[in-house]
Amino acid sequence: MASAFEYAPAPESRSVVDIAPSYGLFIDGEFTEAADGKVFKTVSPSTEEVLSEIAQAGEADVDRAVKAARKAFEKWSALPGSERAKYLFRIARIIQERSRELAVLETLDNGKPIKETRDADLPLVAAHFFYYAGWADKLGHAGFGADPRPLGVAGQVIPWNFPLLMLAWKIAPALATGNTVVLKPAETTPLSALFFADVCRQAGLPRGVVNILPGYGDAGAALVAHPDVNKVAFTGSTAVGKEIARTVAGSHKKLTLELGGKGANIVFDDAPIDQAVEGIVNGIFFNQGQVCCAGSRLLVQESVQEELLDSLKRRLSTLRLGDPLDKNTDIGAINSEEQLSRITSLVERGEAEGAERWSPACELPEAGYWFAPTLFTNVTQAHTVARDEIFGPVLSVLTFRTPDEAVAKANNTPYGLSAGIWTEKGSRILAVANKLRAGVVWSNTFNKFDPTSPFGGYKESGFGREGGRHGLEAYLDV
Amino acid sequence: MSDRTNERLSVFKTYKLYVGGKFPRSESGRVYEVTDPKGKWLANAPQSSRKDARDAVVAARKAFGGWSGATAYNRGQVLYRVAEMLEGRRDQFTREVADAEGLSKSKAAAVVDATIDRWVWYAGWTDKIAQVVGGGNPVAGPYFNLSSPEPTGVVAVLAPQESSFLGLVSVVAPVIATGNTAVVIASEKAPLPALSLGEVLATSDVPGGVVNVLSGRTAEIAAPLASHQDVNAIDLAGADEVLAKELEIAAADNLKRVLRPQPVDYALTPGTDRLTAFLETKTVWHPTGSLGASGSAY
Repeated sequence: MASAFEYAPAPESRSVVDIAPSYGLFIDGEFTEAADGKVFKTVSPSTEEVLSEIAQAGEADVDRAVKAARKAFEKWSALPGSERAKYLFRIARIIQERSRELAVLETLDNGKPIKETRDADLPLVAAHFFYYAGWADKLGHAGFGADPRPLGVAGQVIPWNFPLLMLAWKIAPALATGNTVVLKPAETTPLSALFFADVCRQAGLPRGVVNILPGYGDAGAALVAHPDVNKVAFTGSTAVGKEIARTVAGSHKKLTLELGGKGANIVFDDAPIDQAVEGIVNGIFFNQGQVCCAGSRLLVQESVQEELLDSLKRRLSTLRLGDPLDKNTDIGAINSEEQLSRITSLVERGEAEGAERWSPACELPEAGYWFAPTLFTNVTQAHTVARDEIFGPVLSVLTFRTPDEAVAKANNTPYGLSAGIWTEKGSRILAVANKLRAGVVWSNTFNKFDPTSPFGGYKESGFGREGGRHGLEAYLDV
Repeated sequence: MSDRTNERLSVFKTYKLYVGGKFPRSESGRVYEVTDPKGKWLANAPQSSRKDARDAVVAARKAFGGWSGATAYNRGQVLYRVAEMLEGRRDQFTREVADAEGLSKSKAAAVVDATIDRWVWYAGWTDKIAQVVGGGNPVAGPYFNLSSPEPTGVVAVLAPQESSFLGLVSVVAPVIATGNTAVVIASEKAPLPALSLGEVLATSDVPGGVVNVLSGRTAEIAAPLASHQDVNAIDLAGADEVLAKELEIAAADNLKRVLRPQPVDYALTPGTDRLTAFLETKTVWHPTGSLGASGSAY
């Protein structure tokens, strides 16, 4: 569909961020080379331009970082909570001050639209540090006993879809409760974590309290298995989560896992259609669908299917895909070539299994990793696209007739992270929300996050909660 | 002499499993000898098989919808009713605990009293835990959201080996108080109080399948439960270190919630750990105002 309006390019300037040609590992307050001298390159997914060369952590580096964190733990955990709080408040403030720089950086390294890094990621990152800063001197009031103790060294492994936000979700509660941290960012998005190391430096955070080890899965595995790590936190795929659970079995390590999802977005016949369409779009196309709690299964009541799909297709035709730094871009680049090929192969499987594929007319840029927003109709529960997490801008549409059927279909998955309900009937929202086996249920909205609100999954979407008072438990000896 | 011939022969009890509200023998047809700590024969207990474990999971799953869907007040009433039944059988349990653990009658009675009180304590928790661990969150935006605890599902419980009754109740009551259903493996060498607890549950108002009690070899029964895809959580209280590690690895297959064995003094009033270990937190969001295109209007 031809757009009624053409937009002039509105690129955010990348001059606000100064990316060095190379970065080291951040251990004990210093940037350092990897012990075996290995490096890897991080590229911008929208252009394939090499952004920087990064030291690649190996087992020896993990050991060095854990030792640094262990040493720092003694003093850090002994600080009065009010002092730890002030460090976290400083970090929160510095992130606010540098949020434009960090937003541009994140967009460059990750490929997500500047609109999202600027308006969603960065404000939430700062908010998480603010929220947990305030807990540091109030832990006795959190409901875990009068004087809950930290666990020690936290080994944290985070994914590439929200690099800085996942860092905040992990580091803020860990530091507030008095733990020290060794964090491994994903190999495709190491930059914002390294810039965060600089934020820690500016905040005057004591050496060794936060250590950042960019690297691959082997570094993550070494961190998880390290005998002197007391707490493991992981966000990523369910397969890796299970592997980690096996690794820590029989140890004293406390474990929390935030894993995959196949969220159902349920639209009833009395739903406000225009608002539901916005929610559906937000649910699956936010961050190119590379969201664990994405609403990747649309369950629509049969009687409004046609109306809703027409409306949805019309809306998808207005989405703008392209330069992530352009302020009018809705859909940016897929994070990596590897992820793009995973999406591509799952979508091909969807077609081969007989689901009907639809995309709006959409020109994809020459360079970089791109995938057009995609809808599948005629999907059954047995189809791969209805069962497997695609982690891309791909929505599978299923139908239902009764609320009971909607609930049964929504729950028919080993995952249990998120769900959406669209209806104007309050009693139906509450009844359906009660029956859904999911950690987060958005009614008449979708993909909302807040540091005060616990987030996490049922079933194979993992265990433990991040955010809110609940998020403290993962880092306390309770 | 005639006195001796007229002495009444006591009636032995055939101890049976408690599964789905019924009292089956083990499908394997096996039993094993249960003795007191001095080696005196007490009874033959059923030696459950993998199939018994799987049947118990089916029963527990079937019961989950109704039990988790009951009001917290109702669950509290039902649990309290169990305490009433226990009190009525105080002498029986005192005898059984004395035999099982080699305690004097007065010590066994004290254990039974503590156990009944423990059950009452948990009965009172059913309608309070949501207020203690859940609540509204002050979201920075025009939204209302509420975090509520919900039962995680079917929980496999390896009851403690040493404390055959107080320990047993201390691990079973919190699981069902929060709305889960349970498959319980009794203490291997002292299973009789657990099997008798089944009789109490059957004659109270606990729906069949909410608690299922198996006796036999802990390791043999626990293995299929730890790897069972329809079991949501496992309490490893009754496992030794080696078994616990093995089971935790198996439990990773479907990411069961795992409560590792830890030293516990069951005589002390517990905290909320065992309640929260088998709860999920669900956070439900709704707009509170007009949000234009992105949400519902009021």
